[in-house]
Amino acid sequence: MTSTNLAYFSNGAIYACLIIFTIAFFAHAVEVSWSVKNAESNDKTEFDFTKTQRAGRIGTAMMILGFGVLAVAVVTRGLSAHRVPWGNMYEFSITGALMLTGAYLFAFAKYKVRWLGLPVSISVLLTLGTAITVLYRPSAPLVPALKSPWLAIHVLAAIISGGVFLVANLVAATYLVMERYESKGGRPKWAERIPTLDSLDQLSYRLVAFVFPLWTFAVIAGAIWAESAWGKYWSWDPKETWAFITWVAYAAYLHARVTVGWRGKRAAWLCIFAGSTFLFNYIYVNIWGTGLHTYSGL
Amino acid sequence: MSQENNSAPDIGFIGLLRWGWRQLTSMRTALILLMLLGVAAIPGSLFPQRNQNPQKVDSYFTTDPTLAKWMDRFHLFNVYASPWFSAIYLLLFISLIGCVLPRTFHHLRAIGKKPPLTPRNLDRMEGYRVVSSDPASAIQLSSKWLKRHRFRIRIDGNSISAEKGYARETGNLLFHLSLILILVGVALGSLFGMKGEAILNVGDRFINTPTSYDNISYGKFQGQGSLIPFSLTVTNFVATYDPTTGEPSDYVLTTEIANPLGSKAKQVIIKVNKPWTSGSTKVYLQANGYSPVVTVRDKSGNITFQGPVIFLPQDANLSSLGAIKIPDMNPQIGFIASFIPTAGSSAARGIFSTYPEVLDPRLVLSAWKGNLGLDSGTPQSVYSLNTSKMTKIGLKALTLGSTYDFGAGTITFDGWKSWVNLQIVDDPGKMYALFGAIFAILGLLISLFTRQRRIWVKVGEGVEIAGLAKNGIPGLEAELTALARALEEATGGKE
Repeated sequence: MTSTNLAYFSNGAIYACLIIFTIAFFAHAVEVSWSVKNAESNDKTEFDFTKTQRAGRIGTAMMILGFGVLAVAVVTRGLSAHRVPWGNMYEFSITGALMLTGAYLFAFAKYKVRWLGLPVSISVLLTLGTAITVLYRPSAPLVPALKSPWLAIHVLAAIISGGVFLVANLVAATYLVMERYESKGGRPKWAERIPTLDSLDQLSYRLVAFVFPLWTFAVIAGAIWAESAWGKYWSWDPKETWAFITWVAYAAYLHARVTVGWRGKRAAWLCIFAGSTFLFNYIYVNIWGTGLHTYSGL
Repeated sequence: MSQENNSAPDIGFIGLLRWGWRQLTSMRTALILLMLLGVAAIPGSLFPQRNQNPQKVDSYFTTDPTLAKWMDRFHLFNVYASPWFSAIYLLLFISLIGCVLPRTFHHLRAIGKKPPLTPRNLDRMEGYRVVSSDPASAIQLSSKWLKRHRFRIRIDGNSISAEKGYARETGNLLFHLSLILILVGVALGSLFGMKGEAILNVGDRFINTPTSYDNISYGKFQGQGSLIPFSLTVTNFVATYDPTTGEPSDYVLTTEIANPLGSKAKQVIIKVNKPWTSGSTKVYLQANGYSPVVTVRDKSGNITFQGPVIFLPQDANLSSLGAIKIPDMNPQIGFIASFIPTAGSSAARGIFSTYPEVLDPRLVLSAWKGNLGLDSGTPQSVYSLNTSKMTKIGLKALTLGSTYDFGAGTITFDGWKSWVNLQIVDDPGKMYALFGAIFAILGLLISLFTRQRRIWVKVGEGVEIAGLAKNGIPGLEAELTALARALEEATGGKE
């Protein structure tokens, strides 16, 4: 296939992903809403329960399928430009969506957190939708400053960290919602299958602790690359500054948990705060910021 | 009585110092300082910084001078070198040292020591269980099991206290000590480093002395004599562009470098991600542009100026602006000029560049005569013309090789050269920062992925076992179950 054909193929795969993740979203939503019906019609409990199971399974199948198709889209995008597909914000976004799905599937395999599929699929849908409509750039070779093996290393580490940070944020947000329900007298029926507060609390911590070294590495790899491209390993460019702020926020979160013993609500809010500094960096600095990290429009 | 009065404030003062030190080096203070450093970094990303974007800082001063003056008073245009930012990181640095060093000594002593005593009531600990095992052999069996699983153990009569995972604290300390090493590297770089820039046309020779630079700045303790003596000749520069988008795809700078000066020159290729290195000094390819080559003659045909003039690129298609100044003519002549690498034109925009490579160049000149103002004493930019004492005498777009007669003489557009902006940096602290960074990640991985836990075995009426996990990683429960099974199986096997 020629480069142009590959690029069109990649775009087609992204549109396919939009459909697949929409199905995944509705399947997860059905799984949740049927459980609500359970409460109202007690006589049909058994029947409805199997339906819910099936919807959940469809949702998971769609997430796996979506992951595969999205992976193909990212790879063909890279092949069409003869490079790693991380040259502009469109490409960061589709790879980020891939990582988010991957992080979810990993968490699902390990902790059976199917319920997370609902927030994850809607996040992926929004990311891909924004990417293909607003951020889209035609496939093109890299500007000279991006021609370095560090592109693959630095950006991949940053994207994976970002994906896991976002999952941790979703878990922490779920914790806060569930905590509110429980303090008001108990969870509604649909939320009963969501894990206990304690395991949500643990899960978000473990995700952060797992990925914090990788984020540290992403920042350091960036510094090493900056040293060879810009002549200075740290120049307080807005993106660097916010990466540092994110690092400090998560470092504070880990200390608060491990040494000060923060748990529950306070820890969840701190986790969400740290995650928002990452999102702010990705959205604000890429679009409105100026500095050394601005390449090829977006 | 009087003696007491004299000595009391004395102790009080030392006490106060001691209290202050304890406060500063407490983990809570260190954490607050760390958060504060994060918050303090924010304004630098929201407002333009003088060393990154001086033009934008200037525009603040022109639009609202009073506000800009006040912002400047709080160092908001130079956040990362401001006293308040430095104060936070210096305090953090001291706090970190005061926090980490005593812990390191404590840890080093603890490594050689036995685990602490078995607590009296095991049933309050995690994973407590009573194992059906022979009390007589239980101590021996479990010490064997614990040793095989590389626990360090302490046997006190009828109880065992075992601990594993000291590497967690080792990693933790390694991480924090590495942070100190990074800060040392940063400090060395800013105190003993040097950074400068030079713009060279293809064909130019650069000798590494302070006067060769367009701008140069030194660290506080770095002298001028410390520049390494080398010469660099720019022999060629090639920029390649993507034909469909016009975006650059590669820059290749070919140079001949003699290091030290006078030795045989070697060909060196410098690219954006491939600087030339000698010791802790590096030469980077930072920017590039075009210098149109012109010849200016007076009325009688004598050459009054000849050569390349560096123009500054204005857009992605490298339309470039510059000024050509001829002080040796009477009256003085100046040109405000733009160089268009590949000309296109439209009614709305006039002549503009459609592609960054030189395919169909134009030199658009507006000619001025009068006083260039070079003698006024105030330095002026070589890229712009001060026309306050000049009058405009003409406008012309030249194609390659053509000549424009502006009355007082002629100007010929002979050709063009590429120029490159080289950045020369000496940072002796870099290696410390790099090693600090590598050790920091190692330490972080060790401390986050090592489980530190204690296991106790107590033989009384029955055999009790329990444990304590020092961090949240699961696995203790499974370990206790395995130990219990080992004890039960051994007993079962005997009977």
